[in-house]
Amino acid sequence: MSDPMDPMTEIRASFFIECEELLEALQDGLTQLEEGGGDSETINVVFRAVHSIKGGAGAFGLEALVRFAHRYETVLDEVRSNRFSPDHEALKLFFQAADHLSDLVRACRDDQPLPEETSTALLDELDMLLGDTVEEEVAPQEFTPLGVSLELPDLDLPSDLPAIPAWQVRFKPAFELYETGNEPQMLLRNLCELGAAVVTCDTGALPGLVDLKPETPYLAWTIRLEAEVDEAEIRGIFEFVEGLCELEVSSFSPDASDTAPTAAPAAAPSSPVAEVIPLPPAPVATSDTAPSPTSDAATQRAGGLGIASAKSVVRVDLERIERLVNLVGELVINQAMLSQSLESAGLSPHSDAMNGLEEFQRLTRDIQDSVMMIRAQPVKSLFQRMSRIVREASAAVDKEVRLVTEGEATEVDKTVIERLADPLTHMIRNAVDHGLESAELRAAAGKPAEGQVRLTAAHRSGRVVIEVADDGGGINRPKVLEIAVAKGLVPGDVTLSDNEIDNLLFLPGFSTAGKVSNLSGRGVGMDVVKTSIQQLGGRISITSERNRGTTFTISLPLTLAVLDGMVVDVAGETLVLPLNVVVETLSLGRDDVQMLRPGAHVVRVRGGFVPIYDLGAMLGYRATRSDYSGCIVLLISLDDGSRAALVIDGIQDQRQVVIKGLDDSFYRAPGIAAATILGDGQIALILDPADIIAGAGPIRGPDRSLMEKRVEHG
Amino acid sequence: MKITVLAVDDSRTMRDMIRLALTPAGFSVHVAEDGVDGLEVLEGLEPDAIITDINMPRMDGFGFIDAVRSQEDHRATPILVLTTESAPELKMRARSAGATGWIVKPFDPAKLIKALQMVTG
Repeated sequence: MSDPMDPMTEIRASFFIECEELLEALQDGLTQLEEGGGDSETINVVFRAVHSIKGGAGAFGLEALVRFAHRYETVLDEVRSNRFSPDHEALKLFFQAADHLSDLVRACRDDQPLPEETSTALLDELDMLLGDTVEEEVAPQEFTPLGVSLELPDLDLPSDLPAIPAWQVRFKPAFELYETGNEPQMLLRNLCELGAAVVTCDTGALPGLVDLKPETPYLAWTIRLEAEVDEAEIRGIFEFVEGLCELEVSSFSPDASDTAPTAAPAAAPSSPVAEVIPLPPAPVATSDTAPSPTSDAATQRAGGLGIASAKSVVRVDLERIERLVNLVGELVINQAMLSQSLESAGLSPHSDAMNGLEEFQRLTRDIQDSVMMIRAQPVKSLFQRMSRIVREASAAVDKEVRLVTEGEATEVDKTVIERLADPLTHMIRNAVDHGLESAELRAAAGKPAEGQVRLTAAHRSGRVVIEVADDGGGINRPKVLEIAVAKGLVPGDVTLSDNEIDNLLFLPGFSTAGKVSNLSGRGVGMDVVKTSIQQLGGRISITSERNRGTTFTISLPLTLAVLDGMVVDVAGETLVLPLNVVVETLSLGRDDVQMLRPGAHVVRVRGGFVPIYDLGAMLGYRATRSDYSGCIVLLISLDDGSRAALVIDGIQDQRQVVIKGLDDSFYRAPGIAAATILGDGQIALILDPADIIAGAGPIRGPDRSLMEKRVEHG
Repeated sequence: MKITVLAVDDSRTMRDMIRLALTPAGFSVHVAEDGVDGLEVLEGLEPDAIITDINMPRMDGFGFIDAVRSQEDHRATPILVLTTESAPELKMRARSAGATGWIVKPFDPAKLIKALQMVTG
């Protein structure tokens, strides 16, 4: 098993991948059943998923997994055959069993110790569920390992019989034997392989040619066999035709020879057409052509697994894809450099070279998209994991919670999905624990007892937006503010907008829970969630409405590798802004800008006011300008719907840039998301506008927040 | 001469296992994912034997065996049922549909090979 080239290892790995798919199907099916949807095929799918896991597990000798899957399957079979119809509680148990099954699968995969205790507890519950509906506790006989019941001659059993025992076998096929594709000749040949045999064919029943019905069996055979075998072995050969023929096996001894069976000679003495077929006692070369597969499997692997399959899916090592992604990244940079040098060489934009370059650019982009598509995966698996979190979390705090998911097919970069699991888990736990009220409070507010957590994913303007929304009581803002002041996170006399108060939740060291509950309050706060999201190039925002609930919105880039950027000049530095936040560019006139107070300006955009942020000053490149007239500003729109005007000195270009993460040795500079290499080989920083604005925002300077408030209302 | 086998099973793992067990032993293995798929693969294929699972989506093993047996070309093709079920009534059902033999999963490769050789000669 340790040899990576061993085909069994490969199949084992493939089995666990298949298990993941089956577990997903299982979850889906159960969810459908729970929602009242689903038909008979749904329960079939659920059943088959567990059944297939059991089947594969058996093949790899994963007994604990087989045991659990088997009992689980037994219960599901009752549902499938309409002998048991699961209620809410039963479905809950089914979900738990599914969760446990996936634990077992993973434990088996990773060679971890198995959670046997949970198995036993769950199995007991499953058994209780059925109560008396299945009287006979299904005998475990169904699972004798290697359960082929063929008895084979290679057993070499010690035998009490004389040196070479002789057997007499009488065999008369019935009509059905032929119907099932069995062939007497094969059976006889197999029998003859056991030892020295003399086969006599009894043609007594054969009618005349006129009366002969070709599909009716007329023949019977008597075989005298001298072989070191026992009766079971002989009968084993006829295992498949048991009940489809008359079969007599008796020990043949010389003194019993005349009493030995056969009604045949007596029945047809007048037809001595008996035919004696001498067959060679040795096998006709079967054992030679059938080498032990275990010894040969490894050596023949190359030819072994390459047989055409109906649908072709290639499983590729992630590392190879990473390499491809990196290479494509280099290609993009290279292409940008080439295009720059061609331009600086003074080529006409209509020259062949430039036209060719344009084509090249398009192809590069296509390649890039295709490569990214390889890495993209639907968020479904992630969402399914969350449904388990909800089940466990709601059980822990004793609340009835239902998870509603939407947009499961939304595809996101694999790495993003993997790294979203932890923050999302935390948010879901938070929603269940803190977001939703207790059943009593819900009843008092006129809400259904069952709380709801919505998890949705969607593509929105080149980003993936994931929302976690609860229909709980909303954020208790006075309390949040009180805590923040008590913890010294904000000054006591601060005046904050609702949105600003909500955002206090993201401050390090903030925790609303009065006491640490056993669920979410483990010292990991929303600040950690925010940091993980930011590390993915994403942003998180929060909206809340009293008594209606709280919604966390995560906005992520589709990919971590490239970005459509706007390359700008600020105080002699070249910077890149994500293009998707830029709504429009404006050139400021004297009358466009209004000063609220020194250092706080707004720009009038079609009747509304948008706060101005001077990038050069905010990034520390130069002092704040006193006069903005004549400046270029980028009007940007953020995920929370707010807008801002960023002052820059000039726009260089719009182009795709390859994101190069900043090394960990850099401390996290506010407002800087990553870096890139431009066409001329120059390194430019990629900005995170939302972070810049948040950094300049209200929490550090309450007066600015006042300004924003006024602007919002303006 | 190579023995050609069609293996029908909805589990990829099982298909791989069967292939792994049989190919080194000189069998030529074709696979299908369920009964419907199996019938499609069977077109233009003359396997010496068929191995099929019972529990499968779209068309289960019983339906598949039945459909295979109704085709003139495959009336006598040996069909081995390879499944985790071992209930006698299911065995009888498979037999009356026309199954040649019955092997319970998990299977021992050597025994599967032996069984195939027994029914194909």
